[in-house]
Amino acid sequence: MSRVATPPQKWLRRVILWGVTLIFLIPLFAMTEFTLRSPGGGYSFEHWLALGEIGDSRQYRVLANGLSNSAVLSGLTLVLVLGVFAPTIIWVHLRFPKFERILDLLTVLPIAIPAIALVVGFAPIYRLLGKSLGSGEWTLFLAYGVLVLPFTYRAIMADLQGMDARVLSEAARSLGATWFAVFTRVLIPGLRRGLLSASLLTIAIVMGEFTVSSLLSRTTFQTGLLQISQTNPFIAVLVSLLSLIIMFVLLATVSGAGSRIRNSKVRTPSAKEKSYVA
Amino acid sequence: MPNRKIHGSKEQWFSLKRKFAWLGLAPFSVYILAFLGLPTVLAVGSGFRDGQGKFTLANFSVYSNPAVWDTFGASAGLSALTAVVGAVAGALVCWALTGVNQDSAVRRMVDAASSVLAQFGGVMLAFAFIATMGAQSILRLWMQETLNFDIYANGVWLYQLPGLIGPYLYFQIPLMVITFFPAIERLRPQWVEASATLGANKCQYWRHIGFPVLAPSFLGALLLLFANSFSSYATAAALISQGAQIVPLQIRAALIGETGASNANSAGVLALGMIVVMAVAMVLYSALMKRAARWQQ
Repeated sequence: MSRVATPPQKWLRRVILWGVTLIFLIPLFAMTEFTLRSPGGGYSFEHWLALGEIGDSRQYRVLANGLSNSAVLSGLTLVLVLGVFAPTIIWVHLRFPKFERILDLLTVLPIAIPAIALVVGFAPIYRLLGKSLGSGEWTLFLAYGVLVLPFTYRAIMADLQGMDARVLSEAARSLGATWFAVFTRVLIPGLRRGLLSASLLTIAIVMGEFTVSSLLSRTTFQTGLLQISQTNPFIAVLVSLLSLIIMFVLLATVSGAGSRIRNSKVRTPSAKEKSYVA
Repeated sequence: MPNRKIHGSKEQWFSLKRKFAWLGLAPFSVYILAFLGLPTVLAVGSGFRDGQGKFTLANFSVYSNPAVWDTFGASAGLSALTAVVGAVAGALVCWALTGVNQDSAVRRMVDAASSVLAQFGGVMLAFAFIATMGAQSILRLWMQETLNFDIYANGVWLYQLPGLIGPYLYFQIPLMVITFFPAIERLRPQWVEASATLGANKCQYWRHIGFPVLAPSFLGALLLLFANSFSSYATAAALISQGAQIVPLQIRAALIGETGASNANSAGVLALGMIVVMAVAMVLYSALMKRAARWQQ
């Protein structure tokens, strides 16, 4: 039987995919070229070699501060996501299915209300918080939780629906497991992929966050980068390029590992096997 | 009777457990009220207050300023342009991807790249484009030398409104790939076969089956892209350090008091305007998604 195909012909497919890939590589190539420029003209690795000084050189202090602040914020936001968001999402799914629609709607709001609009409301809240908790950067994690909520919710929810969490937890309960045991021994192992991608998204969003921190005048990775770009654009571009590559490698390995997990769990029959069946 | 007593205590025990279950929702609810509900109310509410905190509608007078309408127009125009171009380009990539094996390295790379790049906004994206198209960039110098063509013959527009188009497309196209691919993947091969059996050629298949089925998903994704670029702030703020060419930058100016006439209350009114536009886009989006769901099982 001849299979009628809807995908484009091979040459057209190649033209589209290669064309878009090449266009998307141009900025990465330009960034690399820029970091190799020597101030005296010509090319050298001196900016890359200067990378080792970020920790101790005075001129990079704002960047190092921002980086460590953002790392702390990532950790705190992760605690919020894994300690409050994830259990609540699971709990609603298991015990209050009627509320799932409300939760669905609630978690779209941070997308529908732009961060720049939320900042207008965050400003007076953080003025108050500053009086009791100080004006340190770490309090920003409370605002960041809202920003990551839509993405973490979707990541966890997709896994929750995929694993038949209700049936599994009822089975575990009827066998005498406590809720604690259901969480730690059934749900969390089953949700590890969703929790992992929620965590990675959280880190990516917090490390890349600029809107809230810059308008509340806090020093984070991104505001530090912007500040240092005025005195040393080379190092700013270099660090941006590096963090982009790191994120790409992380996500590529996670999605690679994910597809392996999926394949080992539910083996979809290959085309060859299908044709045997038919 | 002892039996009844046990029964009663059991009921009490269950109602206690029920309350306990409710208690599980408390931390999240408190957090959401304090950091999503309260800021929204404060942001919108500040638009209805004057400097002394009294109720007023006077702040809405910013909308009588034609410059404000111009920035809303510029924001909408930029968002529409990058949404349409991003949606068409992204849909083409999705279409090409349907011909690639699901487990192949190409698919994995595209998946990972789109999820990274769809989140890649802000300062680092601005840097990428300054390195690519800045006045000293290799691209400009090369075009000047070999093609004898200066992209900045009429002044450097990278730090103006047109300069945002390239960077915005850099996250719009990947976002389109992420949102639209599941829809195009759901097109069933049986439909092609059925239409071919009935004598339709490929063009007729796309015109009468493929496009109509995909239309709601495509329009929905288009709206999502529009909303995405309409609400973007960081990239524009990093690229355009002064001025208020689009609404988010106007809110910045109002918040930090860049221009004398602005204040925090007009920031609230502008934020409300943005929320209204976003709400319309999101309501339309969910309606389209419902329509798109018709062709799923």
